[in-house]
Amino acid sequence: MSNWDANRSNKASRIEAAAAHAHGKVVAAADTTRLLQAVIRPGDRVCLEGDNQKQADLLAKALAAADNQVLHGLHMVQSGVVLPEHLDVFDRGIASHLDFAYSGPQAQRIAQMLSAGKITLGAIHTYLELFARYFIDLTPNVALIVAVSADRDGNLYTGANTEDTPTVVEATAFKNGVVVAQVDSIVDHLPRIDIPGDQVDFVVDAQRPFYVEPLFTRDPAAITESQILTAMLAIKGIYARYGITRLNHGIGFSTAAIELLLPTFGERLGLKHRIATHWALNPHPTLIPAIESGWVKQIHSFGSEVGMDDYIRARPDIFFTGSDGSLRSNRAFCQTAGLYACDMFIGSTLQIDLNGNSSTVTANRVAGFGGAPNMGSDARGRRHPSGPWLQAGSEADTDSSPMLRRGRKLVVQIGETFGDKNLPLFVEKLDALQLAEKLKLPLAPVMIYGDDVTHIVTEEGIANLLLCRTQDEREQAIRGVAGYTDVGRRKDRKMVAELRSRGIIQRPEDLGIAALDADRRMLAARSIRDLARWSGGLYQPPSRFRNW
Amino acid sequence: MEHMTYHYAVDKRATGTRLLAIVGVVASGNLEVLVERVLADKDCEVVVNTAVSGFGDVWEAVVGDFIERTSAGGLRMSINDGGARPDMVSLRLAQAVASIAEDA
Repeated sequence: MSNWDANRSNKASRIEAAAAHAHGKVVAAADTTRLLQAVIRPGDRVCLEGDNQKQADLLAKALAAADNQVLHGLHMVQSGVVLPEHLDVFDRGIASHLDFAYSGPQAQRIAQMLSAGKITLGAIHTYLELFARYFIDLTPNVALIVAVSADRDGNLYTGANTEDTPTVVEATAFKNGVVVAQVDSIVDHLPRIDIPGDQVDFVVDAQRPFYVEPLFTRDPAAITESQILTAMLAIKGIYARYGITRLNHGIGFSTAAIELLLPTFGERLGLKHRIATHWALNPHPTLIPAIESGWVKQIHSFGSEVGMDDYIRARPDIFFTGSDGSLRSNRAFCQTAGLYACDMFIGSTLQIDLNGNSSTVTANRVAGFGGAPNMGSDARGRRHPSGPWLQAGSEADTDSSPMLRRGRKLVVQIGETFGDKNLPLFVEKLDALQLAEKLKLPLAPVMIYGDDVTHIVTEEGIANLLLCRTQDEREQAIRGVAGYTDVGRRKDRKMVAELRSRGIIQRPEDLGIAALDADRRMLAARSIRDLARWSGGLYQPPSRFRNW
Repeated sequence: MEHMTYHYAVDKRATGTRLLAIVGVVASGNLEVLVERVLADKDCEVVVNTAVSGFGDVWEAVVGDFIERTSAGGLRMSINDGGARPDMVSLRLAQAVASIAEDA
């Protein structure tokens, strides 16, 4: 006779083993490692919650402190490799196998540990892709998650930073996995219930707030004139040209500059209500002036942003909020929205090659993908038409019958020809290839594939890759906006001039913009303090961004 | 410290009557341009003082392109560079010429 119920009895035995370390579902912080040693078994697939924003930091520390005679050979499946403890578990032999999506601050150490063979890598994913695998072949045996508060029945309030939690819990709890949550506090009444208690097995009372990184805050004071010029080109040459209303912005100063130019430069061009009304976006502080000026209709968010909670509460017509008034974010839904319901993604990168492939990986850093490839790719399953999508499709393909022609999502790479530390944005060969060879990866980690990119914008102008008809034209269009980088200086001047005459390359003057117009006074806010003022004091910047 | 001087024969005199202008600051990633109306109408000179060595060919390309698309006859431009990127150099040069092009 087959046993169809092995997972459930296995779970029951784990819960029973852990009961000694808990009072009902509630666990004291000091007992966390003992609890984890009881509910996790060697070789388990464990999802440790944490992404580019919130972190189950107490559970990460507790797991890293486990006895490696008891816990070993774990397969970690997690959005972010961000905290030192996320890699300490591999150094200590507690874990051996890794599938992940993002690694910001640990990018260098993860590269070293991969190269030293301390980690066996499954794959580097996008967020949505990893979430998808949680339901097919990477379902966690145990999920270690994080929330703001819990009641004694295990109901959870995740607060503004709901992020990945519902997805991780769904995949674990409904497949007889064990769910352990760390919470800031145990309370009698929750402000709202984000995760029902029957999906949660244990709650660890951390008695302190979990860690959140203010990743999406950009100080307007650091925005340069070149970034302003580039932002002006994008607004006039792309947002206005295609009439982009539904969009996602990546992280960075170039897109922050665009956000701050909407109520000034955008207003002057008469673009209010015609562009940038519906967003898949974290609550960027630099979008406050545009929201306050009536540009923005609504925003759905992956997560929250430190200091924005009171502002969001006061603007429920703009943001998605719960019955308690605070933001409800959801990374899986927002990624899906970015993929299927937005007509444009615009973001920065570190390197772009002659085919338009881009990567944030350098020879010594494995930065992961996060969500950008979902936003920054053409959704082949999309079927609903929209003006920008159809227009982009018709530029790419003039031959097919309009009734049978696919539209195209606009995927825009924006940046200065020379980036941080004067490193060129344009390269003949991506460092990602060198890294893939060194680590013997079957696939180079490419953030956005060239065949998805539709436009590249630099201070030199806009290259419209949709209009290129040959590989040669594409290469010269890219060289044509690469400025004084080696790639730019090796351009074919005659061919670039011809591409410009066909509108494939547009210089600032072709769009009626002079470099001298790019002035910091055009920014709707020129400091973090200005942003706080725009918000009527509701935005409370984290202390590291305060200088008053 | 690297010093470079470039001489150009140009077609057009810089407009305006101001004799001297200064834009920018000597700071990391930035530069200062002092522009003086001291040369014959068809001459132009650019003097570069930079803390970053080994970018002579880039300077020549950036400055050469700028002179080609600007009327800068009669001007000597002296650059004190703090490691600015080419886009910043082009912008400051344009600001310097715009500034001296005003009437005194």
